[in-house]
Amino acid sequence: MGGDLLTVEALAAGYGPVPVLHDVDLRVPTGTIAAVIGANGAGKTTLLRTLSGMLRPTAGRILLDGRDLRGTPVEQLVRRGMAHVPEGRGVIGELTVEENLRLGALWRRDRTAAGHALDEVYQLFEPLARRRRHLGHQLSGGERQMLALGRALVGRPRLLLLDEPSLGLAPRVVAQTMALLRRLRDDTGLTVLLVEQNVRSALAVADQGIVMSLGRVALAAPAARLRDDADLRHAYLGF
Amino acid sequence: MDRFLFLTLDGLSRGAVYAAFALALVLIWRAGRIVNFAQGAMAVAAAYVAYSVTAATGSYWLGFGAALLAGLLLGAVVDIAVMRLVDHRSPLNPVIVALGLVLLIQAVLGMVYGNEYLPAQTPFSRTALTVGGTAVLSPYDLFVFATVGVVGAALVWVFTRTAIGLRMRAAAFAPEVSRLLGVNVGGMLTLGWALASGVGALAAMLVIPTELGLHPHAMDLVFVSAFTAAVLGGLDSPPGAVVGGLGVGLLLSYVSGYAGGDLIPLAVLALLLTVLLLRPGGLFAPVTARRV
Repeated sequence: MGGDLLTVEALAAGYGPVPVLHDVDLRVPTGTIAAVIGANGAGKTTLLRTLSGMLRPTAGRILLDGRDLRGTPVEQLVRRGMAHVPEGRGVIGELTVEENLRLGALWRRDRTAAGHALDEVYQLFEPLARRRRHLGHQLSGGERQMLALGRALVGRPRLLLLDEPSLGLAPRVVAQTMALLRRLRDDTGLTVLLVEQNVRSALAVADQGIVMSLGRVALAAPAARLRDDADLRHAYLGF
Repeated sequence: MDRFLFLTLDGLSRGAVYAAFALALVLIWRAGRIVNFAQGAMAVAAAYVAYSVTAATGSYWLGFGAALLAGLLLGAVVDIAVMRLVDHRSPLNPVIVALGLVLLIQAVLGMVYGNEYLPAQTPFSRTALTVGGTAVLSPYDLFVFATVGVVGAALVWVFTRTAIGLRMRAAAFAPEVSRLLGVNVGGMLTLGWALASGVGALAAMLVIPTELGLHPHAMDLVFVSAFTAAVLGGLDSPPGAVVGGLGVGLLLSYVSGYAGGDLIPLAVLALLLTVLLLRPGGLFAPVTARRV
């Protein structure tokens, strides 16, 4: 325990000739939740895509547990303990609930442990257990959210990257998701990097708030300070 | 009535081969959104490998195994050495490259083996057995049914029951998400090409002895028929490919039996045109296509 699970130093990335991220530095200590917040187009999703290797950085370093991730192919990152739940959540609609979940654990060599992880996810998300044989596209938005999260969790990640988990979901479901993240952090020491438009619910659960603006980190501060310091909130978040 | 029965059974036997060949097209289409126009030429190349091995060893079965192996390898090589290097942003690019491969493979086969028909043997008799005075299936027809049935069942098993099949389906449906979950998407695509090309080689081994013999162009018309079968079933649907293959086999058997063999190419093209005009998604077009 202790130390930073994720360290990002002077990271720059973009799409083709268009730079999006500039000189991004951030640290996420092990066993904490960091919320990346900011307006549309601030570079939040680009940051996650660069962290999980979908987008190649043009400069800077990404360290997971002190190890440089440069040159690690996307499909290897899950073996390093990183799980990325993409925007829109990436449930494969043509596969069943069970197949989606199995897919999340396929890379694990220990089949017994993978089987246990699958059972745990079914206990965690009861509706999924009832819909094992249903296709992904037959699920409701909330169930898809559970499936995407569950599929990431069967891989027993150390770092969970979540892109807009509240998008298109009812407030009650958002609250449940945030409560679950807090529980996973407290019980299993999971580290979470969360990208959110829904600033209030993100800061309610996070330990650290990272405010992005125009592709840069404008402010990184304890979430409690961002919640409680009205001046800071006005200056950086506009409410 | 006897003639109708005979034509039906003969059509189903022929259709089984079209079904296998159409299935190979569907496999690659699902994996990489490419219609592999080179599949006929690749399958013939594998059949020539069988010819050489059988000529050298005297064993049909060694040649048969060698053809399947050559088919698998050729599929993997075509993906790694050719298709991966093609810019897929325009869907036309891989099509043109595949057509180029056809010319290349057929030219090389012609140079090595000559552009003459070579005799192709069958492992079982092609003389139809008679039941109660009616000519029905030959032992070779039964072999064709059994082989296509076993291979089809094996493919279903691999895709629905094994981890590698799950990976292949996931990689085809959602490559980006699959990579995030640790699936080697490029490897799955190569495996898809290998499997498809292996099935194609099998179809060539089954059908070539029933036609004029081995020739660089031996699979050209079979390819058109199987392509029609795949489109008829809906390019995305493996069961559609099987039903389409059997349907095309039956149709061609009736056309050649009642109207004359010369009309077969015309009948295939007429059917293809009708399907494309009336139901371009195919009979088994997935329902999800209507969702938004």
